[in-house]
Amino acid sequence: MFDYETLRILWWGLMGVLLIAFALTDGFDLGVATLLPFVARTDSERRMVINSVGPTWEGNQVWFILGGGAIFAAWPFVYAVSFSGFYLAMFLVLAALILRPVGFKYRSKRPDPRWRSGWDWALFVGGVVPALVFGVAVGNVLSGAPFRLDSDLRAFFDGSFLGLFTPFTLICGLLSVAMLVLHGSAWLAIKVEHGPVHDRATRFGTLAAILSLVLFAAGWAFVAWTDIGFRIVGTIDPAGPSNPLRTTSEIAAGAWLANYALHPWMMIAPLLGFGGAVVALIGIRRRIESAAFAGSSASAVGIIATVGLSMFPYILPSSIDAHSSLTVWNASSSEKTLGIMLFVTVVFLPIVLAYTAWAFKLMWGRVTAHEVATNPDFY
Amino acid sequence: MDLGVIDLSRLQFALTALYHFLFVPLTLGLSMMLVIMESVYVMTNRPIWRVITRFWGRIFAINFVLGVATGLTMEFQFGTNWSYFSHYVGDIFGAPLAIEGLMAFFLEATFVGIMFFGWGRLSKLGHLLVTAMVALGTNLSALWILIANGWMQNPVGATFNPETMRMEVTDFGAVLFNPIAQAKFVHTVSAGYVCAAVVVLGISAFWLLTDRYKGVARRSMTVAAAFGLAASLSVVVLGDESGYALTDNQKMKLAAIEAAWHTAPAPAGLTLFGVPDVAARETRYEVQIPWVLGLIATRSLDGTVTGMSELVLKAQERITSGVVAYDAVERLKTDPANVAQRARFEAHKRDLGYALLLKRHVADPRTASLALIASTAWDVVPNVPLMFWSFRIMAAIGVLMIALFGAAFVLTSLRLHTQTRWFLKLAVLAIPLPWIAIELGWMLAEIGRQPWAIEGVLPTFLAASSLTRGVLWTTIIGFTAIYGTLAVIEVRLILATIRKGPFEHDEDAYPVPDAGSAGRGAARPVAADPIPA
Repeated sequence: MFDYETLRILWWGLMGVLLIAFALTDGFDLGVATLLPFVARTDSERRMVINSVGPTWEGNQVWFILGGGAIFAAWPFVYAVSFSGFYLAMFLVLAALILRPVGFKYRSKRPDPRWRSGWDWALFVGGVVPALVFGVAVGNVLSGAPFRLDSDLRAFFDGSFLGLFTPFTLICGLLSVAMLVLHGSAWLAIKVEHGPVHDRATRFGTLAAILSLVLFAAGWAFVAWTDIGFRIVGTIDPAGPSNPLRTTSEIAAGAWLANYALHPWMMIAPLLGFGGAVVALIGIRRRIESAAFAGSSASAVGIIATVGLSMFPYILPSSIDAHSSLTVWNASSSEKTLGIMLFVTVVFLPIVLAYTAWAFKLMWGRVTAHEVATNPDFY
Repeated sequence: MDLGVIDLSRLQFALTALYHFLFVPLTLGLSMMLVIMESVYVMTNRPIWRVITRFWGRIFAINFVLGVATGLTMEFQFGTNWSYFSHYVGDIFGAPLAIEGLMAFFLEATFVGIMFFGWGRLSKLGHLLVTAMVALGTNLSALWILIANGWMQNPVGATFNPETMRMEVTDFGAVLFNPIAQAKFVHTVSAGYVCAAVVVLGISAFWLLTDRYKGVARRSMTVAAAFGLAASLSVVVLGDESGYALTDNQKMKLAAIEAAWHTAPAPAGLTLFGVPDVAARETRYEVQIPWVLGLIATRSLDGTVTGMSELVLKAQERITSGVVAYDAVERLKTDPANVAQRARFEAHKRDLGYALLLKRHVADPRTASLALIASTAWDVVPNVPLMFWSFRIMAAIGVLMIALFGAAFVLTSLRLHTQTRWFLKLAVLAIPLPWIAIELGWMLAEIGRQPWAIEGVLPTFLAASSLTRGVLWTTIIGFTAIYGTLAVIEVRLILATIRKGPFEHDEDAYPVPDAGSAGRGAARPVAADPIPA
């Protein structure tokens, strides 16, 4: 139906869709968990916050798992190189995420305040650590990872865990936290009843919106004025076999902004990133809660799309080897697998979206202190 | 290759997979049993069945979240720890994992939230449908994971592409309808059902023994008896062995399980007992039942069960042939257009994986001597005593399960199950057994596949990531600490839930969803066990 080149572009787009869907849904769960100890003080308040995401967070998390599976199926090189290359970072993310399902479910099983407070902090870790590490990882993808491939296409790494943290990658990590905390506070604003929790969420949301704007601008400045960026040297065969050894890359300062000069329409993405955060800020201050949530969503879409579009066609450049960088044209599955997986996605993704929408609609409405006190099904 | 890194990677995978697999079988079975229990509630409208469904739902929930939490590790561990595996077979192996997320886990995870939170917001039938979606999602999830695992045991529908240095899919239908995957699915899912039935049976028996919650206990037991009998028969009759005649590695697995060092005349006898001696390559003190193995394994009187020595000879031939393919691939790396090398590769590519076995002993398989090839051929034999004993313990537990549920079924049919104390005690004691059998079954499948990560295609020792021992120890200790802590918490919470019993404190205060709606019949709140035992 589609040729290999088109399939690769479609799957690059679908990878973006999955990441964005993860940020838009589980993103607010992560943000809410990060905010939990700060916006809610009493047990009743904390239960309001937890139950604002309780019924739906589990489904949201599947975007992350599906993201992993889809990258495995469509971009096996990316799956193989990135997760083993960022090994300890990935362990941190998994260890933190493991705390979430248990935290949500087990916290309410005992009334002991120490037990509950312990799980509150576990949920906080389960929110803030993945948010931070995802951002740091994206920063490392932008600046290139220290790996090379041998002639068997086996990956080797020169980096260390601490080497992942540079000023630029920390800006990316903090931007990720600010973006998801903004999204989480916007979610709390529409999902919990007016009162102390709502007021505190609004204050944190204001701060997060301002930080998002500042950090996104700082990240942009880094990309524009430091020597971050790669470009392909020589010919590209967009329908060639997936073998990164056949591509030659070089480090080129400012190359991540080259696409915007080539295709000015791509500026929509960064504008959405900034504009969305501004709308969210106004929405939060003026108490127009739907605008705040729409703004934080748009900002997340814009920020993630900016990363993808800036790097295109790169997916994971190597900072140490000219013939190892992974691009849209050299790191995908075979044409056949991309085609089959596209068919499966086109059939099942609409079904998933339909019942997810139904689940959110069924659970619609603000969580109240009264309901928390009386509903035996609440966490 | 640092073999220490390989061993540590295997240790971590084994620990995390075995741990994950403590929770999955109960989720599989209990989700189905919840559908049965809730169906009875919807059909009979009796509040006791609502109490029963909600109680087992609480046990399900405590167990479910750990399955999800530990499943996260599994989804990413191929990439983190088995990077070369991921590259080498991602074109095929990634697809079922992605489809599992899209088709099954989304369904399960979205509806599970509604299952817990939706009691007050849905009609009775609506909630039952949600529970059914959870069960469907859970079981579909197992199907896709076992299609992926089945492909590791029998890599059909794929071929090596020298241009990309990996396996690529040629026939996706063959991957889906892989007979080994189908056999594994039925066997594994049935084992999960047995596990859940044993748990429900055992906890109910415990209550009956201690004279508590009898109304809930005896009804739960009835469901468990029928469901467990069907499942325990299915798990043994539709056992995994149906695929054991298919490939060289599957034949090897069977030979190792039977400690059959040589091909015996058909139909082969089943070794009931013996002591496999690996050094001497023979089995001492053998007790055999004539004919039985040949009948089970080949479904015929004249099919032979190939012995290990004969399979090793075959492996030796395949290594020799594979070295030709390996040589052709090396030449194609620098000269992709070479037609003659391409033809050599095509003629021998089926055996390429066998040449890779030599890499454990020599850097370049093309330099291997005939003697080295002959000794390397013995690498294809898995750990025989482990296979031999794991299978016997697993199979014995399988037979015990049929006996247990047979007894349970007879006693419940005669309505004697509440007072037959010896049976109730046995039912409590049986609770750990399905887990032992299930974990042994997993070990049989995975250790039996060694030395392969992908049978005949990629040896395990080549599949791992290029990590260091230090980081591997860090994560092994980290996972062990987290998992260990969570296991203690989980067991305590389940025990507390059992102690607390099926009736919720505020069951009175909570309005039943459709109380007062005359059409469906009003369900009354339940304050204490209202059903006389």
